[in-house]
Amino acid sequence: MDRNRSRRQILKTAGALAGCGVLLRLSIRPAAATPEMMKDAVRSVIGKAPVKKGKVKLDLPPLVENGNSVSCTVSVESPMTADDYVKAIHVFNEKNPQPNVISVKLGPRAGRASFSTRIRLADSQTVTAIAELSDGSFWSDDIDVIVTLAACIEESMH
Amino acid sequence: MARALIHVPASAKKGDVIEIKTLISHVMETGYRIGVTGQPIPRDIIDDFVCTYNGEEVFHATLYPAIAANPYISFFTVATESGTLAFSWTDQHGATQVQTAAITVE
Repeated sequence: MDRNRSRRQILKTAGALAGCGVLLRLSIRPAAATPEMMKDAVRSVIGKAPVKKGKVKLDLPPLVENGNSVSCTVSVESPMTADDYVKAIHVFNEKNPQPNVISVKLGPRAGRASFSTRIRLADSQTVTAIAELSDGSFWSDDIDVIVTLAACIEESMH
Repeated sequence: MARALIHVPASAKKGDVIEIKTLISHVMETGYRIGVTGQPIPRDIIDDFVCTYNGEEVFHATLYPAIAANPYISFFTVATESGTLAFSWTDQHGATQVQTAAITVE
């Protein structure tokens, strides 16, 4: 009986310790950004201007196997002339540790308001692109992506 | 700083929209990963990329840790005149790498 109890005690203690370990690990990990953080980041970049849907096309694969490198293309419908052009394009995400992805400045000399890059995605989430036009209006597009292998916070392999 | 690859058409017609592709080797360490010692791996990223066409800025990007390692950026510009396209990448410590490409415009 006694022996059994002590064994149970040891197991309990071990379990509790393991639990502590998990908690400690979790507390070291950074909290992921939240949709609210993304909204704040958007506001800090574009101010209080209203954002309309349309004109922008954000191209990401809807199902991502590896979040470490996801091809991302943003294009905006614009004639790109001296008095009607895209001034800037910003890309945001909801759930990476940080809401910003990339900010691009363009001008009429770009000829075509489009760029491509490769991004990291830490979780299945909504990615948003916002374009600022020369007339001061803002247009956006967003896309939901499912990520099976997350990026950014995984253990180092070396 | 690192090895960079640039693709610019060698020649173009005046007024053509040309695509430019760039890639630079860089870890783009996010600063959010934990190393084997349990310590966070410090952030090390390229945060600024600029392309100038004969000295005039045509494309400027601010990069964040959400950009994948070995940042690839492709974009467009109008071929206005023969000359040089200069690409510069600046990391968070202020180190800059510049690479140039020549273009002939008929």
